[in-house]
Amino acid sequence: MTMQTIYLLIPLAPLLGALIAGLFGWAISRRAAHVVTIAGVGISFLLSAYVLKTLLSGGDSFNGSVYTWLTVAGLEFNVGFLVDRLSAMMMCVVTFVSLMVHVYTIGYMHEDPGYARFFSYISLFTFSMLMLVMSNNFVQLFFGWEAVGLVSYLLIGFWFKRPTAIFANMKAFLINRVGDFGFLLGIGLVLAHFGSLDYAEVFKAAPSVQEATITLFPGHAWSLMTVTCVLLFIGAMGKSAQFPLHVWLPDSMEGPTPISALIHAATMVTAGIFMVARMSPLFELSDAALNFILVIGSITALFMGLLGIIQNDIKRVVAYSTLSQLGYMTVALGASAYQAGVFHLMTHAFFKALLFLAAGSVIMGLHHDQDIRNMGGLRKYMPITWITSLIGSLALIGTPFLSGFYSKDSIIEAVHFSKLPAAGFAYFAVMAGVFVTAFYSFRMYFLVFHGKERFGKASHHGDHTDEEEATDHHHGLTPGQKPHESPWVITLPLVLLAIPSVIIGAVEIEPMLFGDFFSDAILISGNHEAMAKLGEVFRLHGGVTGMGTHAFITLPFWLALAGVALAWFFYLKRPDIPSAIRKAAGPLYSLMENKYYMDHLYINGFAAAGRGIGVIFWKLGDTILIDGLLVNGSAKVVEFGAGLVRRIQTGYLYHYAFAMIVGAIILLSWWLGGILPALR
Amino acid sequence: MSWTQLNLAVATPEIFLLVAALIVLLSDIFLNERNKSIAYGLTLAALAGTAYLLLQSAGQSPRPGFNGMFIADPLSQAAKFGMVIGVALMLVYGRSYARLRGIFRGELFALSLFALLGMMVMASGANFVTLYIGLELLSLSLYALVAMQRNNVHATEAAMKYFVLGALASGLLLYGMSMVYGATGALDIPTISQRITVHGANNLLAIFGLVFIVTGIGFKLGAVPFHMWVPDVYDGAPTLLTQLIGSAPKLAAFAFTFRLLAEALAGYKPDWSSMLTILAVLSLVVGNVAAIAQTRLKRMLAYSTISHMGFLLLGFMAGTRDGYAASFFYAMSYMLTAAASFGMIMLLSGKDFEADQIADFKGLAKRDPWFAAMMLIVMFSMAGIPVFVGFFAKFAVLKAVISTGAIWLAVLAVACSLIGAFYYLRVVKVMYFDEPENQAPIAAAPDSRILLSVNCLLLLLLGLLPDRLLTVLTEAVQRSMLP
Repeated sequence: MTMQTIYLLIPLAPLLGALIAGLFGWAISRRAAHVVTIAGVGISFLLSAYVLKTLLSGGDSFNGSVYTWLTVAGLEFNVGFLVDRLSAMMMCVVTFVSLMVHVYTIGYMHEDPGYARFFSYISLFTFSMLMLVMSNNFVQLFFGWEAVGLVSYLLIGFWFKRPTAIFANMKAFLINRVGDFGFLLGIGLVLAHFGSLDYAEVFKAAPSVQEATITLFPGHAWSLMTVTCVLLFIGAMGKSAQFPLHVWLPDSMEGPTPISALIHAATMVTAGIFMVARMSPLFELSDAALNFILVIGSITALFMGLLGIIQNDIKRVVAYSTLSQLGYMTVALGASAYQAGVFHLMTHAFFKALLFLAAGSVIMGLHHDQDIRNMGGLRKYMPITWITSLIGSLALIGTPFLSGFYSKDSIIEAVHFSKLPAAGFAYFAVMAGVFVTAFYSFRMYFLVFHGKERFGKASHHGDHTDEEEATDHHHGLTPGQKPHESPWVITLPLVLLAIPSVIIGAVEIEPMLFGDFFSDAILISGNHEAMAKLGEVFRLHGGVTGMGTHAFITLPFWLALAGVALAWFFYLKRPDIPSAIRKAAGPLYSLMENKYYMDHLYINGFAAAGRGIGVIFWKLGDTILIDGLLVNGSAKVVEFGAGLVRRIQTGYLYHYAFAMIVGAIILLSWWLGGILPALR
Repeated sequence: MSWTQLNLAVATPEIFLLVAALIVLLSDIFLNERNKSIAYGLTLAALAGTAYLLLQSAGQSPRPGFNGMFIADPLSQAAKFGMVIGVALMLVYGRSYARLRGIFRGELFALSLFALLGMMVMASGANFVTLYIGLELLSLSLYALVAMQRNNVHATEAAMKYFVLGALASGLLLYGMSMVYGATGALDIPTISQRITVHGANNLLAIFGLVFIVTGIGFKLGAVPFHMWVPDVYDGAPTLLTQLIGSAPKLAAFAFTFRLLAEALAGYKPDWSSMLTILAVLSLVVGNVAAIAQTRLKRMLAYSTISHMGFLLLGFMAGTRDGYAASFFYAMSYMLTAAASFGMIMLLSGKDFEADQIADFKGLAKRDPWFAAMMLIVMFSMAGIPVFVGFFAKFAVLKAVISTGAIWLAVLAVACSLIGAFYYLRVVKVMYFDEPENQAPIAAAPDSRILLSVNCLLLLLLGLLPDRLLTVLTEAVQRSMLP
């Protein structure tokens, strides 16, 4: 098997599984549906791992097209693969998490009537995501980008009978449209100024246009690279849920938990991060764009984390934590520490998928109750879920030696070394974010696994959604009923994800951040030296263990510890304090309760204004002008014409013959009319 | 004339087909009603053999035969291969349809083969006489075929109209050919071409002839205003024969037009180019507008054919290599699309029941989701929606038109396609959003089911990989053009 065949097989195997489960799901058994899809993703994972191994042991990266779809005016639309260590690493992460989620789904969805459909969707997602990361050109990138968006839309609305789910998927779709609009404009600019959509060609030509400007408004010349990069980044903001386009991600929790883990935490939302890292040769040319990225990332990292503190739905807590962590990755990109961003992407994929799947396990154990106020003391009933959750949370808050520590500390240090104007604010935000992260993570952990057992009460709070309509589950535990540990198909992925959550940071930090792991994919210009300085400090401290031990005397560690301690004090020791604070800080609390009124702004501001303008256009433009004059008018003309032709088509032979002769005579007189005078 | 120049080998596929047709005709005498399948099998074998022989000659440079009366060049061989496929599709899709209507007889097989032979001669004619003989062989076979169902009033009426108008058109064409002969003193295409360009010809006479030749071509293609027969014949003929008329002969007409206009009368390119523009514009407008008003699917498809032929003529109008290639690609893809659309009608038809109303497709998605999807592909391809082959056919033609600088023509063609999308999408809407009136499952033989599915999927596949076919056809045109 040649390498090209392997590259082809990697995305096609999940696609095949998706097609079988999707088109023939009605014909094959549920078992067959999960067997084929898991087999597809499994093959894909093994091959990805093989590809990564080959690349690590000195194999050449691959860049070439497999199939030309069409050529228009010298512009080729290709399906092509760029397989270097960056994409190989992404492929492994995507397929591994996807495989875990596939296995987990067997247990989580086993009573759902849409079982085969679900497997088909998540396999299709895997295919789309692989197409995105393996792409060697912008067109295919955009295809993958939109395809993952589509699958995400389908999966958020998986329980399509629930109005909240439909609202959420529509919201995700529309908000992403805003981002995609920017993205498409960015791609358009690339095409207009480079004349190519192939990564290699664009990157090669990029330095030559660094000084180029374009005029968007008369009188203002803007740097071409800045405009292009900002537009591309707007696409990333939509997909990676950066402020202010983040509002769709918390609502996406309406979907089943496995996809929250796969799509809305580990893989799809990181597509924006991946894209910016892949485009590093472009982004490096514009300090303005990098500053913009830094600001957006730090706002997201801090303020979205704060919202996590007041959430009561277990999945929403994790969702806000995801937002905040995506902010961290974005900050790393802004500081030109692409390696650190991608490294955090990888570690985050493991521990966040773990946290989500563990949350799903808890939800199952409590018979689909998601309110953390109804939990508590689950430690002894669900031991595996408990221990893996603890590992995930510790990794998330950056406990030394765990994976999250290495990646997050690297980001914080990189921001510290960055010389961009926005770096000061970003450094404050990521530092404060450490405390916030520790606080909300352990608030949730203590409320769920420790303290009094609050489940099994007769009445429940109604302000969260449940999954009963679609699945006929009864809601929560009845009094006296005890939660139970989940079956092995659920706990096995938890355990398998917990392992990389612990060790991957320590193992990979040296090659990925300071070695030449990404040397063929990521390009950093000479005047951005955050990564270089980071490497010096890393060696100064004495490598992996040195970095871990040194952490105990640094600020982030103590901030995290303070967060955990405060969470313990508030939610286990003195549960009366949080409610007292809530009363005392009324306006602030309601500001956060309403998510900074972003939804209000969008729904009552933009959407309402849009609707208003729409109504005007509808009444004035559509009803009167277009419908009345153009549509009905042209329909009438067409109708009249059709009637005329019908009347001419009498069915009488001599009419037909007559028409032919008349036609011939008209042609004849037309031409002879032109020729006869010339002959004379 | 010498026998050494006869060079019969270049016509091997035609000769094989002729012998095979005669064998089918003879064998039919000895077969009783129940054994007609043997003749049917022989017919398919004859087609397979012809296709095989055509493939043998693929890639060879132009070879004249019969003292220059006949030419086997890449263009004609490719067109013939398409024709063989078109006729074979007709026979497979129509097998049970013909059986149920009592026309599953030796005449059907033999006449289909003769019609195919006529088309092949049309494609390979290098002389006005050969071209005319091919045309008449095709036309006479078709008249007889349409009238085969003698007790069917509509079919006999259609045959009558077809015959009378066809005779008129043949007359005009022949008249035009004689004028050109008078102007140039030759019947041989290379000679005509050479005399016009090198020596100049009697302009008045030649233009006279050109107009009549264009008239004849217009009739064969069904371009407005010579289109009147199309709706009535398409509608009246048994669907099986509508498919025969509507698919493969378009390729023959393309090759025929190529020989007459692009080769023989190349010297009058500006003149015929503007004539074709007129015909194309009229066809696009009338075909698309009239199709909207139809409730009968076969009639709608008839008008849609007229508009498609408008597109085909647009490619010709450009008068460039790429233009001809675009037209060729259009004819080839239209042949496949039309075959699938009529095949679908026959698939849904039963004994004493014709699924030729748009309403007969109501709720097909609930009755048979697979074939609803297939019909969706056919309709999308006809409407020219990307990814299906119809899009690339239109795209190639538009590219050729734009390269001549006639932007307004391209805009008009796109606007007309937009109107066209309305009635194609209406069929899709009816299939997917209306409740079925007829709940009966579709009863069709597996061979036609499979072949129809392959045919429809081919429309998708060719849309995904259009380059291969387009390159082959462009090369064929390139290598067949007179120096």
